[in-house]
Amino acid sequence: MITLAHYIVLGAVLFCIAVAGLFINRKNVIVLLMSIELMLLAVNTNFVAFSRFLGDVSGQVFVFFILTVAAAEAAIGLAILVLLFRNRSTINIADLDSMKG
Amino acid sequence: MNPQLFQLICFYTFGFVTVAAALSVITLRNTVHAVLALVLTFFSTACLWMLAEAEFLALALIVVYVGAVMVLFLFVVMMLDIDQERMREGFVKFLPVGLIVALVMLMEMLGLIGVRAMHAQVMGADPATAAGVSNTAWLGHALYTQYLLPFEIAALILTVGVVAAVALTLRQRTDARHESASQQVSVNPRDRIRIVKMAAERPAAELPVPPQESKP
Repeated sequence: MITLAHYIVLGAVLFCIAVAGLFINRKNVIVLLMSIELMLLAVNTNFVAFSRFLGDVSGQVFVFFILTVAAAEAAIGLAILVLLFRNRSTINIADLDSMKG
Repeated sequence: MNPQLFQLICFYTFGFVTVAAALSVITLRNTVHAVLALVLTFFSTACLWMLAEAEFLALALIVVYVGAVMVLFLFVVMMLDIDQERMREGFVKFLPVGLIVALVMLMEMLGLIGVRAMHAQVMGADPATAAGVSNTAWLGHALYTQYLLPFEIAALILTVGVVAAVALTLRQRTDARHESASQQVSVNPRDRIRIVKMAAERPAAELPVPPQESKP
């Protein structure tokens, strides 16, 4: 019998894997973007599970909107990445220090 | 076999594949392989959503993510010439920090969810089936009535995203000759050609006949 906790635990595990990915791949912008996608996936899994558990359609509608915004975000993020590579010939985060932050 | 037991076996299978693929996304050395692992993650998550009877979103995840966003990722990864070895610098250095943060977060979340909840909150009957419609009709009815304005705004966001992506990556090459369509359209014909009215003239005197070639 699948319970609500099954899905929440899975979402938590996915989210923690994504956080670990942000920490250990600090040089590679592409893997950072993919970790963000994993985080969104974990959140969406929680939304779907709660929507089913509570019998409320709002959760699934919200997942729909998150998918939309995430697709736009990925497109713009990758466009910035291409622009960055064209101008600097690198996507290593350690080299992107012109703002001296 | 008991259908509920079968569902549970399916959940654990897809969940294991999801977690394993997500782990390989963040640890694989080759970025192309990492993108492919992310595709597998999305696919098995879509199967999990299908188990929760969210059929429309599961298929949308496959179509939108596996079909469009991940292909975009693959395209960019293969187009850029990335130094794989330099990208791995600091992997070992940050591994303990990342592991500690992730594990502490996971412990906190699991503590919050509570082990006792494991056998308490069984998923009820599917609300769409209870309403007598399919999942797509159930979702679409809410989307086109209650959430119509957010739906239109989402469409606007996608349009802005497309325009922004094109505007960011479009460039005019200065080292190559090219046509400028706007200049071509906006040119005034009188700047290019001038029609002069002038009196007709007599033909010029006949040219002298070239000398006959002498045959050897």
